[in-house]
Amino acid sequence: MTVSVIRFGGSNCDRDAVRALDALGVDAEIVWHEDGLPADATGVVLPGGFSYGDYLRAGAMAANSPIMDDVRDLAADGVPVLGVCNGAQIGCESKLTPGAFTTNASARFQCEHVNVCVENADTPFTAAYDEGDVLTLPIAHGEGRFEIGAERYDDLVSEDRVLFRYCDEDGELSDDANPNGSTGAVAGVLGERDSVAVLMPHPERATLPELGLTDGQGILRAFA
Amino acid sequence: MTAYTATVTVRLKHGVLDPEAETTQKALERLGFELGDLRSADRFEIDLEAADSDEAAERAGEMADRLLANPTIHDYDVTVETAE
Repeated sequence: MTVSVIRFGGSNCDRDAVRALDALGVDAEIVWHEDGLPADATGVVLPGGFSYGDYLRAGAMAANSPIMDDVRDLAADGVPVLGVCNGAQIGCESKLTPGAFTTNASARFQCEHVNVCVENADTPFTAAYDEGDVLTLPIAHGEGRFEIGAERYDDLVSEDRVLFRYCDEDGELSDDANPNGSTGAVAGVLGERDSVAVLMPHPERATLPELGLTDGQGILRAFA
Repeated sequence: MTAYTATVTVRLKHGVLDPEAETTQKALERLGFELGDLRSADRFEIDLEAADSDEAAERAGEMADRLLANPTIHDYDVTVETAE
C-alpha cells in the first residue's frame, strides 16, 4: 500500500509530496526513475521540479524515460496517477493527458497563490469537493499555459475532462484570474480515465496546516 | 550508405501565442530597430548515415514526431543535404 513518487534528475517537489501524503496517513516513497516502479505501487505521483533541466521542452525528456512505460501500465489498470507542475508537463508530453503546457503568456516565471474552481467533482482527485468549489493553491512555473487545438478543446469540455480552471475568489473566470493565459483558463485535466490527472498548481504545498494553506488536501486524498 | 545532414526546424503552429518571440521583438524595438513581426524556431542539425536522402528525411521526421516537436503546438519541416 505504497504510493510511488518518481524522482527524475531535477525533480524538486518529490520530498514535499511524500511529506504531504504522509501527513494524510498515506504511505509514500520516492522511487528513482532508473529503478522502475514497484509492481505493487498503489499510486504514482509525478512531482514538480525541472526534470532534465527543462531541456528541449519542460517534461519532454522525462516523458520518454523507460519508467513512463511502467506508469502507463499502472494507469491502464486504474491505479491513480497525478502529475503536478513539471509532473503535469511530463504527463502531457507522454500523452497520458491531452494538450500541452508551454510558456506563460507573461513570458515570466510566476510564483504566487491562485484560485481554481472544481469543474468535475466526480473523480478520485476531487471527490472531497463539490463542483464549483474554489480552492486556493500555489503555482510556481514558467511554462504553465495550457494549449490544445480548438477542436480538441471542445472534445475535452464535452467529455468533462477539465478538472480545474483558474478563477477569482468568487469562482468567476476572467483574464485577470488566468495567471498564465491558459486556453479556457484550464489549470488541470484528466487523462482517458478519471484516475489519471495533471495540474499546474501544487496541492502538496497546500496540505500541511503549518504552511497556511490546506485546500490541496482533498486532491491528494485520491491516494488514501 | 551516404553521410547526410538533416535539418529539422520546429516552430509554433500558426496562431499559438509565442511570448518569447514577442519579448524578443520588443527588445529589438527598444534598441531602435524597426520590424513588422518576429517568429522564433528551434533548429536541429542531425548527422546520419542513410541509403538515400529520402531515408535520411524519413528518419529525421520520425525523430521530430517522437521527441523534437510536440504535435499539439508545433509544426516542423525537414531538409536534407549530403554531409560535407
